[in-house]
Amino acid sequence: MDQDHDASAGLLEQVRQALEQRTPLRIQGSDSKAMLGRPVDGQTLDTRNHRGIVSYDPTELVLTARAGTPLREIEAVLYEAGQMLPFEPPHLGDGATLGGMVAAGLAGPRRPWAGSVRDHVLGTRVITGHGKLLRFGGEVMKNVAGYDLSRLLAGSFGCLGVLTEVSLKVLPRPRTCQSLRLTMDLRQALGELAAWGQQALPITAACHDGDALHLRLEGGEGSVTSAAERLGGAVLDNRYWHDLREQRLAFFAADEPLWRLSLPHNSPPLSLPGRQLLDWGGAQRWLKSTASPSVIREAVAGLGGHATLHACHSAGFHPLPEPLLRYQRNLKRQLDPRGIFNPGRLYADI
Amino acid sequence: MNILYDERLDGALPTVDKAALLDTLRSALPDLDILHTEQDLRPYECDGLSAYRVVPLLVVLPQRLEQVQALLKICHTHQMPVVARGAGTGLSGGALPLAQGILLVMARFNRILEINPAGRFARVQPGVRNLAISQAAAPHGLYYAPDPSSQIACSIGGNVAENAGGVHCLKYGLTVHNLLKVEVLTIEGEYLTLGSDALDAPGFDLLALFTGSEGLLGIVTEVTVKLLPKPQVARVLLASFDSVEKAARAVADIIGAGIIPAGLEMMDNLSLRAAEDFIHAGYPAEAAAILLCELDGVDADVNDDCLRVEAVLKTAGASEVRLARDEAERVRFWAGRKNAFPAVGRISPDYYCMDGTIPRRALAGVLHGIGELSREHGLRVANVFHAGDGNMHPLILFDANQPGELERAEALGGKILELCVAVGGSITGEHGVGREKINQMCAQFNADELTLFHAVKHAFDPLGLLNPGKNIPTLQRCAEFGAMHVHHGQLPFPDLERF
Repeated sequence: MDQDHDASAGLLEQVRQALEQRTPLRIQGSDSKAMLGRPVDGQTLDTRNHRGIVSYDPTELVLTARAGTPLREIEAVLYEAGQMLPFEPPHLGDGATLGGMVAAGLAGPRRPWAGSVRDHVLGTRVITGHGKLLRFGGEVMKNVAGYDLSRLLAGSFGCLGVLTEVSLKVLPRPRTCQSLRLTMDLRQALGELAAWGQQALPITAACHDGDALHLRLEGGEGSVTSAAERLGGAVLDNRYWHDLREQRLAFFAADEPLWRLSLPHNSPPLSLPGRQLLDWGGAQRWLKSTASPSVIREAVAGLGGHATLHACHSAGFHPLPEPLLRYQRNLKRQLDPRGIFNPGRLYADI
Repeated sequence: MNILYDERLDGALPTVDKAALLDTLRSALPDLDILHTEQDLRPYECDGLSAYRVVPLLVVLPQRLEQVQALLKICHTHQMPVVARGAGTGLSGGALPLAQGILLVMARFNRILEINPAGRFARVQPGVRNLAISQAAAPHGLYYAPDPSSQIACSIGGNVAENAGGVHCLKYGLTVHNLLKVEVLTIEGEYLTLGSDALDAPGFDLLALFTGSEGLLGIVTEVTVKLLPKPQVARVLLASFDSVEKAARAVADIIGAGIIPAGLEMMDNLSLRAAEDFIHAGYPAEAAAILLCELDGVDADVNDDCLRVEAVLKTAGASEVRLARDEAERVRFWAGRKNAFPAVGRISPDYYCMDGTIPRRALAGVLHGIGELSREHGLRVANVFHAGDGNMHPLILFDANQPGELERAEALGGKILELCVAVGGSITGEHGVGREKINQMCAQFNADELTLFHAVKHAFDPLGLLNPGKNIPTLQRCAEFGAMHVHHGQLPFPDLERF
């Protein structure tokens, strides 16, 4: 256990001062997710000195680490033990931290099959808007005592408190991994994915780039080999999925604004200006487009989804309807009564 | 005993004129079914925790959501407490009525609204039974994964309220992992959509917050669940051990070998003998503990993993490992485990089922501690354990007709839960806090943490009308039961290794 890098007392002190002086805080790790959400004006609270893995026992499938721990350090330790973070968190920068990963709640290509960041959060320590360092959840797989505040904090962009420590469920890495490239158009790909989704196939990533469907198969040798034989296509380098996760494919290089569209996976192709890249077997679609936000949001909402602009912007997140927005504001006011945690990062007044 | 709502400890409730309330409801909602006579109310006095009974003031059985919405608005205006109930199978008294409150029964909302095989989801009303979803999805080769043991009877609305589990949680997750979208009504009668038809939704994750909130934040009116393709095959191994420690070690070794079983269950000698006498599952009566390990998936992988697990079990010191030869034997192996509770019911007039969770590595120590507590209290304890995910179900054997035994069983149960908390676990893995474990919450959370829970409640139900007295204790209650507080540092089991 790493004792040397426990900086929680300093973080708590900074929050208490901010509460006293009613100074807004801009919480950050390495700032690798700064392109998401609205700009925040406040004193910087940097979590990176509070770092280190607190406990990890591969046979328990649980890892606990401080919020400022670099993700690459955590992934290296897991790799060494033959395990992984199943949701493949995008780093989007060299110094990405655990706290930022949980606060942003972003997940990579395996998301539809393995679950989200919040699905794997078991417990948290958090500095609250009342100036206390509290613990919720724990290191056990099942725990239904009290409200699930740990999972609420995942994806909350630091607006409800400062995460200082997180316990995550981790999983063994699959024994075998094989990637394929099948030439087909988007419509055919969506049809095939819908059909395969009802069968016990070991697909754990599916991306269509306009020309071809890219698939990843993971599992035991037997299931992966027989699925690969059945599906056919050309062999694809497994590193493709890393490049997709980190937005390093050529698609992401162009200058137009980048949008993340979250949709029911079997939604039809969207006719929006610009180029699209289908990820998550259809449930996440990347859009490079100069179309107006309202046009994009309307098209996506019509299919039951929502759109996020990947650029620091006053309207980055999809607007919430009333009365949902009112209850979210109530929650913010209850947990952060002085409004000091990343005010406005998600929405105005939140 | 925590049964009766205690206004001094749990908070003041309004004084209600039952006749006037009945008049108000009848004139506002003429076609709403309302039960009000003693004889009609009696069947609703308890849920699955039948030791706790309270006759509600009124029972309402709406059939349309407009009725629920109007009822909640009336309750909000009149500051009338509301307890929601689904199928009434909960094991922690979460749907225990209030003598001064309305019991809102959602069981009549029992329609499956949509099974969408291409979208791999089912949209259902809250009163639909858990198993009915899988049955409706079966023609498409799909199913709904969470399988609490009450799945033939329990309803999905209750599953959401309790974040229900089952025997396959390690691999397939709890209810919260298998939901896409939940529609709720707030106490003010406003509709909220939590989650979405996509895999995430903007804003705070209220779907995660409401799942397992035990009816304290809103009333579930519609649920969209994920459906999964049925695994091609499932095989089960039965391993016998001459010590509990060896069995516990084997569990860690299986996980350490990179295998995630679909189910991994342990039974101690008392529970396996009871099950064997009842079901004749083929369990070795002389074993100190048995493990059931189920592997599912694609045929070739399952065969490989069965060989791996068999080797791991033997290395860990299993005295015998048997692979179920066919589906009939697989079902028989499971039947013993699934009937462990009624089997224990045959060897004792009454039993009390606990639901603590622990880090798996603490298992041997906790079982040892339970043995000591069992001797101290003079009551036998049979242990059944979801070994894969650390969820224990110790069954305390007692006879309610013997004066003082129920109280002793409750006291022993409380001690066992405190022991779970002391090793870094939780007082409840899947049954919920409800009314039953309201005092033990004071052991798991300190006053500041409980205060934050109350703040969450305040954001959705500031008047505290939804299911008062459940899930989150007041600070007054914890002050009264402060003697049992073992939070952070002041632990009653100093000889146990801490995690």
